Amino acid sequence: MNYTLSLCFALVACGSVLLAAMLTPCWQQKSNIQRAVLSLLLGMAGLFACAAGLTGLASGGGSMVLPLGLPWLPMHLRLDALGSFFMLVIGSLVLPVAVYSQGYLRHEKRLTPLAVFLPLFVLGMMGVVLSDDAFAFMLFWELMSVSSYFLVTHEHQHPENRKAGFIYLLMAHMAGLLIMGSFAVLYTASGSFEFSAMRDAELSPLWASAAFLLAGFGFGIKAGVVPMHGWLPDAHPVAPSNVSALMSGIMLKVAVFGFIRVTWGLMGSGDFQWWWGALVLAAGSSSAVTGVLMALQQHDLKRLLAYHSIENIGIILIGLGLGMLLAQAGHPMLAALGLIAALYHTINHALFKGLLFMGAGAVLHSTGSRNMEAMGGLIHRMPWTAALFLIACISISALPPFNGFVSEWLTFQTALMAPQLNGTLLTVIVPFSAAMLALAGALAATCFVKVFGVVFLGHARSDIAENAKEVDGWMKLGMAIPALLCLLLGVLPALFIPVLDQVPQALLHTSLFTDTASQNWLWLTPVDAEHASYSAPIALLGMLILGGLAFWWLHPKGAILRRSKMWSCGNPHTHARMQYNATGFSQPLRRIFAGMYQPDEHGHAERHQHKLLTTRVKYVVHVGDMVVKHLYQPVGQVTLWIAKAIRREHQRDIHAYLAYTFATVLLLLALFT
Amino acid sequence: MSTFLSQQLIDGLAALTLLISFALLAQHRMLSVLHWFAAQGVLLAVTAALVAYSSGEHELYISAIMTFLLKGLLLPWMLWRVIRSLHVHREVEPLMNNGMTMMIAVVVTLFSFHVIQPIAVTSELMTRNSMAIATACVLLSMLMMITRKKAITQVIGFLAVENSLFFAAIGATNGMPLVVEIGIAFDVLVAALIFGLFFFQIRHTFDSMEVDAMNASLIHKDDEE
Amino acid sequence: MSSIFFQFLQALLMLLLAPLAAGFISTVKARLQNRHGAGVLQPWRDIRKLFSKEVVLADHASWIFRFAPYVVFTATVIAASVVPALLPDTPLSLTADVIALVALLALARFFLSLAGMDIGTAFGGMGASREMTFSALAEPAMLMSVFVLSLGAHSTNLTTMIHHVLSTPLLIQPSIAFALVAMLMIAVAETGRIPVDNPTTHLELTMIHEAMLLEYSGRHLALMEWASMVKILLFATLIIDLFVPWGLSLDANAAGICLALTLWLLKLSILFVVLAVLETGLAKLRLFEVPQYLGTAFVLSFLGLMIHYMLEVQL
Repeated sequence: MNYTLSLCFALVACGSVLLAAMLTPCWQQKSNIQRAVLSLLLGMAGLFACAAGLTGLASGGGSMVLPLGLPWLPMHLRLDALGSFFMLVIGSLVLPVAVYSQGYLRHEKRLTPLAVFLPLFVLGMMGVVLSDDAFAFMLFWELMSVSSYFLVTHEHQHPENRKAGFIYLLMAHMAGLLIMGSFAVLYTASGSFEFSAMRDAELSPLWASAAFLLAGFGFGIKAGVVPMHGWLPDAHPVAPSNVSALMSGIMLKVAVFGFIRVTWGLMGSGDFQWWWGALVLAAGSSSAVTGVLMALQQHDLKRLLAYHSIENIGIILIGLGLGMLLAQAGHPMLAALGLIAALYHTINHALFKGLLFMGAGAVLHSTGSRNMEAMGGLIHRMPWTAALFLIACISISALPPFNGFVSEWLTFQTALMAPQLNGTLLTVIVPFSAAMLALAGALAATCFVKVFGVVFLGHARSDIAENAKEVDGWMKLGMAIPALLCLLLGVLPALFIPVLDQVPQALLHTSLFTDTASQNWLWLTPVDAEHASYSAPIALLGMLILGGLAFWWLHPKGAILRRSKMWSCGNPHTHARMQYNATGFSQPLRRIFAGMYQPDEHGHAERHQHKLLTTRVKYVVHVGDMVVKHLYQPVGQVTLWIAKAIRREHQRDIHAYLAYTFATVLLLLALFT
Repeated sequence: MSTFLSQQLIDGLAALTLLISFALLAQHRMLSVLHWFAAQGVLLAVTAALVAYSSGEHELYISAIMTFLLKGLLLPWMLWRVIRSLHVHREVEPLMNNGMTMMIAVVVTLFSFHVIQPIAVTSELMTRNSMAIATACVLLSMLMMITRKKAITQVIGFLAVENSLFFAAIGATNGMPLVVEIGIAFDVLVAALIFGLFFFQIRHTFDSMEVDAMNASLIHKDDEE
Repeated sequence: MSSIFFQFLQALLMLLLAPLAAGFISTVKARLQNRHGAGVLQPWRDIRKLFSKEVVLADHASWIFRFAPYVVFTATVIAASVVPALLPDTPLSLTADVIALVALLALARFFLSLAGMDIGTAFGGMGASREMTFSALAEPAMLMSVFVLSLGAHSTNLTTMIHHVLSTPLLIQPSIAFALVAMLMIAVAETGRIPVDNPTTHLELTMIHEAMLLEYSGRHLALMEWASMVKILLFATLIIDLFVPWGLSLDANAAGICLALTLWLLKLSILFVVLAVLETGLAKLRLFEVPQYLGTAFVLSFLGLMIHYMLEVQL
């Protein structure tokens, strides 16, 4: 038992969310107080989680045993480097979301269920990160899944929300079952539920592969890896936006944490098999490309963002897969680079996806719609939201000088280590997956030009967009924190990566920086400066100086800008509906990837008396999720078919049932003797 | 010319051969397919001549000249005549879309690389590097036969398989014995002639050059009987 | 200290030379088409004139529209200043490697497309949609062709890559040839030249780049145009650096730099004459042929990669 400052912080964080869940029902009638207590305690939890993460990474974690749980298995808690990092991820998003919720929940009618399940949800996530035995892990894991189910079905008056919630619960439990299976395999090898015993246990390659596959699929479902992502685009949009931010921003990351914990931590990075890494890499590449391609065809803002979560999980997995391949090939230092790339993207994605969902929530809050086709010109009415949302858009599109670029750059650098791998096949596949990463990144930029252009720029396409109002200060502040962090993590990665370096030190017993002399805050140089370098501060400074000079030199002093009607190539009749909308913007891609999308298109032109005069043109397109269509629906149909067959057998008379019972008894007797 | 330089040149030619195999797969027009096929023949002849020069096996010169005349000139000319008289020079009409075919082609190339590389390492010949490429070319030509509808492109695919096998022979063993070489060349010529005759006959019977149409027509006939 | 001076000199040279390069291409094209042409200095005159003209903004333009020209210009120029033109070893060339360079150009494109959508005309949205779509498809091909070189040099830093090319003996490397062809195809697509996009067209439903600039005027337009000229020079220099770097001055002495400058200009003019000949000889592709064109570039560079492993690396 080892109490440290970081562990105390973590316990305080857990305690304050638990307190929030217990206290908030007391003020059922006074929603103002209830909201304030919720935000305050959540914010405190976020702050302490950040503190726990930072102190844990800086000065090492601790462990303790709580006298809770099963009689023969008290609850083991431990905060190691990996846990600390994920504590930091959780805290850095819970804090802004708490601030944001203070504004966002102002008009919420049924606050109490939210005020209870939201803290429980956060508690579940923190608990997963802290737990040091399989039982506690599964307990918190289920707490996270079940409480998020109630959050997803918060607006349960809509039938589609209930359906989304049901599918979510179903998949979450499948995931739970598979993860339990993985722990069961590890248990048979170690004879104990404690992680410390599992770490030391020796697994035969076959059993290790079984545990890897079970964990991979279990955590993969929860993380929304293609093709197990079916629940995600339905569940994330229907939850309240602050919850969506947490679900997309951290809950998926907790699944990533679980995966790293089990494969890298419990099974040991030394005994990876080569196909594990290749499988993770393939899953990552396919998730990245499929996620972004599907996102491009969405016009529901939050659904689009949900698909982007799939893409970003894919990018994280590419980094992890590369790390696993390099670790297997006997290059722990390069594996550390892959792991750091993945972890860096984890925190980046938590920040910008949280910000994006909060921004989407702000738009939803002031327009009442998630439909992008009804938006337009919001930058004039919601300038702050627009500016902050733009920062998130640039970050997620992996553009310098923001944070998304740094992690993708690190992933590319890891992919360039392909010649170090053994096996000719891998050396070619790895660059190919890097190309898929480049494609995903560039398509993400396309998608966010679409999002920002259609929602915030141009003319308002409907009255709801015309009458939108800027959100209140709490929500703005809640969005400003991650935006600032996005910039900081983008400009000063060289300061943050040494902090992150604790994680590979704990897992791989190697450091990314063998040569500390070459490191300073200005240059990001993984491996060595000869190999590759990137300096965000210099690039940013250069852009600021050059842009400032150009502006100072060119901008006429004191002149008033002349405004006029837009030119539009001299076309005098323009209308807001003549703008490119979300569907139009993605039309070229729909056509290029028609084989993959299989869009369901209908065009209809209504003609006036004269056959040359068209009064109204209608174009309806629907792009379904191909995985859902070709995998989930057939599975569902087969299940239904089996159920029907069984039902037919059930419609017999009493004698048949008695015969079944008799046969069962006979069978059991035969089995037991 | 040093051995090193000639090995470099052979490698370069091997790369070009692979490129031509991809180009053959990607073409839309019958005539450009034919052009690329002729280019493959010429390239093969050049490779044979180069290997002949650098390995000092003079028999290979004869097969180089034969390859040039037969595969670079005669066969493309015959096929060109067939295409012109049958008026099928328009579209090739692939079964799959181009992107998909290219994807499969890339995977096939990777696969042959993966399979052949361990064998190639043991070889002592200077052309050993091109073995994986030759294998890939064989597979790609087969892919071309699979993915195309028109009978003529399938025949070109067949001839391309033969070309790739010849390339593999040069690469693996500095060419086959001259007698075998001449025999194969003669076989190919006869095959091409027979194919040519068949095309006219097929056209006469089915009124179409598409394999699917032929099948449909046959099934139709069966039903009638 | 002198190296930093040369860094600035080099960046300035790129900046000032870019309009001349654009003028050179259009003059060669004009001569090929039996026209006299407006002269090499015409782009400079255009820019000067646009700078002194008043800006007219559309009623609806937001700050994005006014902000974008500066972002596009600075990002492009910073990217250009990283590419070694005369000296491979300059302190700032470590600021961004090839991947970061591509990302800086992507940042410029991101803002250009947003500006296109800001006014809310159909043309702007059309241009933005097409530009982003095609550049997204070009990105993997570009990365793949850079990878062919990077895997050999074990680096993505331009300086290291140049040194690698300079230090390896002259060999026939088919993979490099494949990568070069792919890179040329991508460069044509990225800079919006024929056969992907026509830089001289207005009011055509096939236009891509121009459609986003339609609403710009005055200094904003000048910055945007200048940025796109710098981009052409950047890609040309990048191709020279990666594939034919011979002649770059390894240390900063006057003779070496003069030689490097002469060779650079010579190589540039050869490249631009080739471009002009191609632009005169080729017709613009149909819009939905462009993905195939980019796909070909990708397959070429991937073949280059495989051939690199098959033929050039002794396993």
